[in-house]
Amino acid sequence: MSLELILFIIFGSICAVTAVLMVTRPNPIISALFLVLNFAALAGLYLILNAQFIAVAQVIVYAGAIMVFFLFVIMLLNPAKENRFLEHKAKLKIFTVVVVALVLVQLIYMIFLAHPSGTITKEVANSVNAGTIESIGREMFTNYVLPFEAAGYLLLAATIGALVLAKKKFE
Amino acid sequence: MQIPIEYYLILSAFMFSVGIVGVLTRRNAIVVFMSVELMLNSANLTLITFSSYLGDTTGQLFVFFVMAVAAAEAAVGLAIIIAIFRNKLTVNIDEINLLKW
Repeated sequence: MSLELILFIIFGSICAVTAVLMVTRPNPIISALFLVLNFAALAGLYLILNAQFIAVAQVIVYAGAIMVFFLFVIMLLNPAKENRFLEHKAKLKIFTVVVVALVLVQLIYMIFLAHPSGTITKEVANSVNAGTIESIGREMFTNYVLPFEAAGYLLLAATIGALVLAKKKFE
Repeated sequence: MQIPIEYYLILSAFMFSVGIVGVLTRRNAIVVFMSVELMLNSANLTLITFSSYLGDTTGQLFVFFVMAVAAAEAAVGLAIIIAIFRNKLTVNIDEINLLKW
């Protein structure tokens, strides 16, 4: 087993387990903390995939900013604890899980049917080159400068919108 | 030996499915929102996987923009949740049926 595979198994299993725990825990604070762990493990996977810049951005933006925001809102609202996963409307929830499991099986079947590893093999030099902040920055400020500016305006609009929405009661 | 690309895609598909289960079964609006973030992240993992395996930067740029949109979406969505809580004193989506026909 190569080091890459061992790291993938570690981070991948953390991702999978924390995702399931996040959905099933009744307390929203614990859900949020498991989601932080999930995002951190995802950043590890991005590092294995040679996407250094996105891995750092993942930790700063997702695990840092967005999840702190979520935790603040949970703290502000102090929502009541939900029932345990199968306590309330158990049949409906089991039905949901079965349907989604069917969708997952279908997805996995399609992935194996397409057999992408037959045609796509990673060339390490290209892969490392694609993930550096230099190549991302070059693309961002040449070919994708318009979407980049638009994202800036989107964030400005979202900030103002959030302020307006959270400020006062609706009439 | 390198990892087959299928492993990443299956992990991503699994996380997406777990996110769907969360959206459909949880009743707390904030947790539903967090499940949506989980689904966004599983899509990001797919984009990064293909970007890395094909040696193409575009996928990672796309993930960058997805992150920007997700930040905006979280800000506005949580503001809406706060506004709803002010009016109805609950974040349980079973009790928020203002738009129900």
